Amino acid sequence: MTDVAVPVTTKKDWTSDQEIRWCPGCGDYSILTAVQMLMPELGARREDTVFISGIGCSSRFPYYMDTYGVHSIHGRAPALATGLAVSRPDLHVWVITGDGDALSIGGNHLLHALRRNVDITILLFNNQIYGLTKGQYSPTSETGKVTKSTPFGSLDHPYNPVSLALGAEASFVARTHDMDRKHMMATFKRAYEHKGAALVEVYQNCNVFNDGAFEAILTKDNRPRMLINLVHGEPIRFGAEGERGVVVTAEGARIVDVADVGEDALAIHDETRPDPSVAFALSRLSDGPTSPTPIGVFRAVERPDYGSMVNQQVRHASEQKGPGDLAALLSSGATWTVTGS
Amino acid sequence: MADTAIPPRTAPPNTIELDRVVIRFAGDSGDGMQLTGDRFTESSAIFGNDLSTLPDFPAEIRAPAGTLAGVSAFQVHISDHDILTPGDNPSVLVAMNPAALRANLKDVAPAGTIIVNSDSFDERALAKAGYVSNPLEDGTLKDFTVYEIPMTSITLEAVKPSGTKPRDAERSKNLFALGVISWMYTRPVETTIAWIEAKFAKNEMVKTANVLAFKAGYNFGETAELFESNYIVKPAALEPGEYTNVSGNTALAWGLVAAGQLAKLPLFLGSYPITPASDILHELSKHKNFGVRTVQAEDEIAGIGAALGASYGGSLGVTTTSGPGIDLKTETIGLAVNLELPLVIIDIQRGGPSTGLPTKTEQADLLQAMFGRHGEAPVPIVAPDTPGDCFFAAIEAARIAVKYRTPVFLLSDGYLANGAEPWKIPDVDSLPDISVDFATAPNHTRADGGEEFWPYLRDAETLARPWAVPGTPGLEHRIGGLEKADGAGTVSYDPANHEKMVHLRVDKIAGIARDIPLVEVDDPDGDAELLVLGWGSTYGAIAAGLRRVRLQGHHVAHAHLRHLNPFPANLGEVLRRYRTVLVPEMNLGQLSTLVRARFLVDAKGLNKMSGQPFRAGEIERAVLDLLSADAPAAASDSKGN
Ligand SMILES: Cc1ncc(C[n+]2csc(CCOP(=O)(O)OP(=O)(O)O)c2C)c(N)n1
Ligand code: SF4
Ligand SMILES: [Mg+2]
Repeated sequence: MTDVAVPVTTKKDWTSDQEIRWCPGCGDYSILTAVQMLMPELGARREDTVFISGIGCSSRFPYYMDTYGVHSIHGRAPALATGLAVSRPDLHVWVITGDGDALSIGGNHLLHALRRNVDITILLFNNQIYGLTKGQYSPTSETGKVTKSTPFGSLDHPYNPVSLALGAEASFVARTHDMDRKHMMATFKRAYEHKGAALVEVYQNCNVFNDGAFEAILTKDNRPRMLINLVHGEPIRFGAEGERGVVVTAEGARIVDVADVGEDALAIHDETRPDPSVAFALSRLSDGPTSPTPIGVFRAVERPDYGSMVNQQVRHASEQKGPGDLAALLSSGATWTVTGS
Repeated sequence: MADTAIPPRTAPPNTIELDRVVIRFAGDSGDGMQLTGDRFTESSAIFGNDLSTLPDFPAEIRAPAGTLAGVSAFQVHISDHDILTPGDNPSVLVAMNPAALRANLKDVAPAGTIIVNSDSFDERALAKAGYVSNPLEDGTLKDFTVYEIPMTSITLEAVKPSGTKPRDAERSKNLFALGVISWMYTRPVETTIAWIEAKFAKNEMVKTANVLAFKAGYNFGETAELFESNYIVKPAALEPGEYTNVSGNTALAWGLVAAGQLAKLPLFLGSYPITPASDILHELSKHKNFGVRTVQAEDEIAGIGAALGASYGGSLGVTTTSGPGIDLKTETIGLAVNLELPLVIIDIQRGGPSTGLPTKTEQADLLQAMFGRHGEAPVPIVAPDTPGDCFFAAIEAARIAVKYRTPVFLLSDGYLANGAEPWKIPDVDSLPDISVDFATAPNHTRADGGEEFWPYLRDAETLARPWAVPGTPGLEHRIGGLEKADGAGTVSYDPANHEKMVHLRVDKIAGIARDIPLVEVDDPDGDAELLVLGWGSTYGAIAAGLRRVRLQGHHVAHAHLRHLNPFPANLGEVLRRYRTVLVPEMNLGQLSTLVRARFLVDAKGLNKMSGQPFRAGEIERAVLDLLSADAPAAASDSKGN
């Protein structure tokens, strides 16, 4: 904080001495690596960096970062992070959460942190399962999922986390996945640089309880056909030859063959649209990671962040009324003096 | 003025001096009785009386008009000497409608005075209140002095010059009633008029109407031949000093602001609105120039979560709520116990269980504060005993929280929160410095000679761990709800370590007993055999009840607990000194359960669960009963001392 030069660090500086307890092969490892590799690139300071998590396999993450960190309670990380970010705007506060943590038990806090635009960077590890409690279905599991708690198949309709965040008018919403470190790092970087609440959904493989959940879109062979890479200012198209694309009409977004509609008909991706409706339409293109799915930044708009506004009110009050005077406060009501007789 | 219809008085009234009076204003919840009572209180405070108040209103904002359920009342006790309670039975009842009369009549002192708005006693209103005949005519009130005043019609006439429509004009009748009572008790007029003008400054018409109504009421008392005399309650001989009139919630909010200053930490409040705690959120949100940050969270869990996050960052984190909110905060309180971070948790207790009686008082959250978490999770508890004491209790709660890095409960209640009393403004310089230091440097040397930071290396005396806030280079560390290794603070599942950590956390809280005052016993002659042990808001009723018992020649002792966890170090010894221990509580025996379990003392309970505070008379009776049952000989011996 004292010295203004950009610190030079390496991945090692960001790695704590704690033994990692995730199952071998878990997607969480590659996300951790991506974050540890990104930190030196961001020029961030360890002492000014805080990771706050809830409970779940994913929420063990802060233990492995050599920064400040709090492994809190299930679902409540956004609440703690709100208090910290508002009272300490000098820090960079990250929230690490899972699909159960963020969307089931903590759904309320997530929505309100996004709505208020608290200056935090949220990485939501979506493995579509409850990992830590050994494999029950989660709010992002596909309907009909057979798990220990749903032997006849789950009945619940899943959430789409990106749609949910856009519904809360989050100012930054993105999606990436654990198989592409470069894409993760680029997306996390954008999220980090965003002032306000940034939500990144990270598709993450739980190789023990939900292995291959994202196979249909994420194997090397499938990616070109199945990942719709959103790039700001560019026409939205995908496929090995860019032969498919997305058209946005009043009815919503639709996947087309470019040959059928012509290049000019393709939607140009604009992250900065004030109205989240088009971004929402894009988020509805896939109903789960089984059909062509957009990744990248859906929305990145500027909106005053909550902590800055809170602190602005505090500063303004001090300017208007002068710094607090306790004696004056205590006699601010009607007072009278009793004299000794 | 428009007070023309009143025949002028032929002889001036004589003014009778009273040492005290208890007045209850009662009306529909839309009648503005709380405002009326508040204002009467304020002018009495400025006049120099000692006083104590008891607002009592329905949970509904506008309960059905004219019904018993919709009655809102405000009782105020004013005196020329120091008093401790809002009074058991009002000597004066102002009833704005039949329902208000019916709901409150049973409480009026024998031969008391009843002032009614006779305009409201029509057939419909009588029926709504459940009267089959008119109590003003059928002899119901024969044992009282009754003044029937057509308040509505006089008010309508009086406010005509303001140009308000009759419907709106009628709403000024509470100020007419205030005027009448202000005359009756010779309250100063100018301060109230100035107050009305300031309060309604935004609406010229309403302002004018209210001033006219108030003056009309005052003049009515002055000129109508109705009253033979009026009264004066002289100022009380309070301790010299500057005074203000505070409610418990205001005092508490100011105490929190003070605590932030004294701890040299920014105050952070995370809260979700709930009766009767919301006023603290309202008050604190005004004082941003003290660096106070308030977040109205999405629920109580987020409120306390944000407060804890702020504490982690080096603020004084506070959360305010009532019982249902504590239920929700429970898991986070456990986390704070484990993280060992400062946090002040304010519970303004109300009637439970569940939504219970939102606007009524109770002390039934003590065992929840004490034990209401899974695992061994001790939390210190402090309790204020009067509205003004909420200020000091807040500072004490913060002091313990920051010094011992622990969540601390402050248990106030609806009675303290809304009740008001003249409060001698403390000298700011006399308040304690409660600041502590943050960790700034590594505190442990590794085997290889390297320096590192151990977040759970404790202070040998307090057992508190270092408070290392983010932003401090070199002290990066991770904490969490998982059990951690003693010292290093890394995750540990080691059985022996867990056992040790459980004991360390318990010993840390127990050790606070060395850092709090011994409990003082009020036993004037030192030979009482009966001790009344109380905590929290029962202080006034117990002390007033015991005054009466002592006036009858009996010797009784009183001890009142500010700290409920840990108990003062001498409590066991004090309890064992007395043959009989009586514990009055607005619950079914929570403190008595604790002292029985802890000290094997056969404490007797006096328990009240009506949503109303104890009356001095109830304490008096219970103590007299015990004295005569326990030691008839001793009781008669002590007579005539
Ligand atoms: C209050 C509470 N309820 C339940 C649990 C048990 N629990 C721990 S993690 C978890 C689900 C985690 O799922 P997710 O957030 O998807 O994280 P993952 O393990 O998949 O990374 C549950 C139900 C708990 N720790 N606390
Ligand atoms: S259970 Fe699944 S999510 Fe959890 S560590 Fe193992 S592989 Fe990863
Ligand atoms: Mg999961």
